[in-house]
Amino acid sequence: MVFRDKAKIMDVEQIDKTLTRIAHEIIEKNKDVENIALVGIRTRGAFLSERLAGKINDIKKKEVRVGILDITLYRDDLTTISEQPVVHKTEIDFDIQDKIIILVDDVLYSGRTIRCALDALIDFGRPQNIQLAVLIDRGHRELPIRADYVGKNIPTSLKEVVQVKIKEVDGIDEVMIQEKEN
Amino acid sequence: MAVTWVRKDLLGLEELSAEEIGLILETADSFKEISQRPIKKVPTLRGKTVVLFFFEPSTRTRTSFELAAKRMSADLVNIQTSASSLTKGETLKDTAKNIEAMKVDIIVMRHSSAGAPHLLAKAVSPSIINAGDDSHEHPTQGLLDLFTIKEHKKKIAGLNVSIIGDIAHSRVARSNIWGLTKLGAKVTICGPATLIPPDIERLGVKVTYDVKEAIEGADVINLLRIQLERQGQNLFPSLREYAIKFGLDSEKMKFAKKDVLIMHPGPINRGVEITPEVADGPYSVILEQVTNGIAVRMAVLYLVSGVRERKH
Repeated sequence: MVFRDKAKIMDVEQIDKTLTRIAHEIIEKNKDVENIALVGIRTRGAFLSERLAGKINDIKKKEVRVGILDITLYRDDLTTISEQPVVHKTEIDFDIQDKIIILVDDVLYSGRTIRCALDALIDFGRPQNIQLAVLIDRGHRELPIRADYVGKNIPTSLKEVVQVKIKEVDGIDEVMIQEKEN
Repeated sequence: MAVTWVRKDLLGLEELSAEEIGLILETADSFKEISQRPIKKVPTLRGKTVVLFFFEPSTRTRTSFELAAKRMSADLVNIQTSASSLTKGETLKDTAKNIEAMKVDIIVMRHSSAGAPHLLAKAVSPSIINAGDDSHEHPTQGLLDLFTIKEHKKKIAGLNVSIIGDIAHSRVARSNIWGLTKLGAKVTICGPATLIPPDIERLGVKVTYDVKEAIEGADVINLLRIQLERQGQNLFPSLREYAIKFGLDSEKMKFAKKDVLIMHPGPINRGVEITPEVADGPYSVILEQVTNGIAVRMAVLYLVSGVRERKH
């Protein structure tokens, strides 16, 4: 399938400002910063969670714990997709019991990834609560899931793809909308 | 990672490419963490049935496969041969056909005939995982040895690995030789001449009968069990003589590199192929091998289960 770039939604500066805003919102909502832990969903959510943690550290001068979640083993489509996906490591080296967990992902779409992430997290213990931060919410939910912190809402059609590129993975920070070419 | 897993079965390391072995090791690395969690379970193989079909005694391998399957939420059935209908004269293939008819997904089998898993892999649709076929292969043991070496040495290529002991009767030796040479290690085989198969050099290994030569310069020493049940065949004069000539003790360890890894697939005969000081000493990773075995077997179950689904 070929995708054609349609529009640039965010650039480096906008992504950075948006993450700064989300960091402030997280601090505003959760007075007890010491009890917060960020858990990023592989691959891009993991890097975004590290950037958010850096921003919270800058503002509050407190180290926020960061973990990485790989949701492959919890997917509900393992039996239907054509290739067995590669499993990567989950790295949560702190006890999540009674913590405030902020899940971080790049794009919120069907909500199925977040469902997997919730199941995976709860297998580690019982957090006080779980909140969700995403850079982009593109709609089209298939499950009753919503984000607590949204960088940008982008109404999309099902033919479109939202591509979040981040420096650590893609060499550049930007958000693009692409369209399938027929 | 460019390579994808396409095999229904895991029968041996001989037929795998270096990339396929690499994929299993990387997948296992991701699974290792699951066994360190307070809740050691993921839902990945929920609804899948795994049958453990062991025709030979086994504690480690069977328990390891059982835990691997259970930690991935598979359902599990154990078939003991002493209690199976094979003792009533049913053929292996018929027994397997009956298990297949019960709609199982994966059969893990150990058999006293080389090639028995290969036969069943062709005859039935469930995935077959070879857990040891006579002196032929024991692929998951080879893989967990590779995994343990890689975890410590960060690489396999270029390492000097010596395998000392009963090579002739060892499926562990063969799987190790295939895996190590494919990944670029230099393998040396050592043991009494009666326990070294003729022509083993054709697998790309060096043979020495001098244990000092095998120990010196080795990054890894893998000791194989002397199979006491074969002592009746008079393959060497006595266990005591074997222990003196080939058994790894603190005296022979003086020739070893300072960062050598001592491995053994178990069960160990203390005082025969290895002395307690060495088995329990600082260079020994024997129990880590056991821990890693579960992660490797989880990875294998995960990879073959994906292929099976796609064929239906």
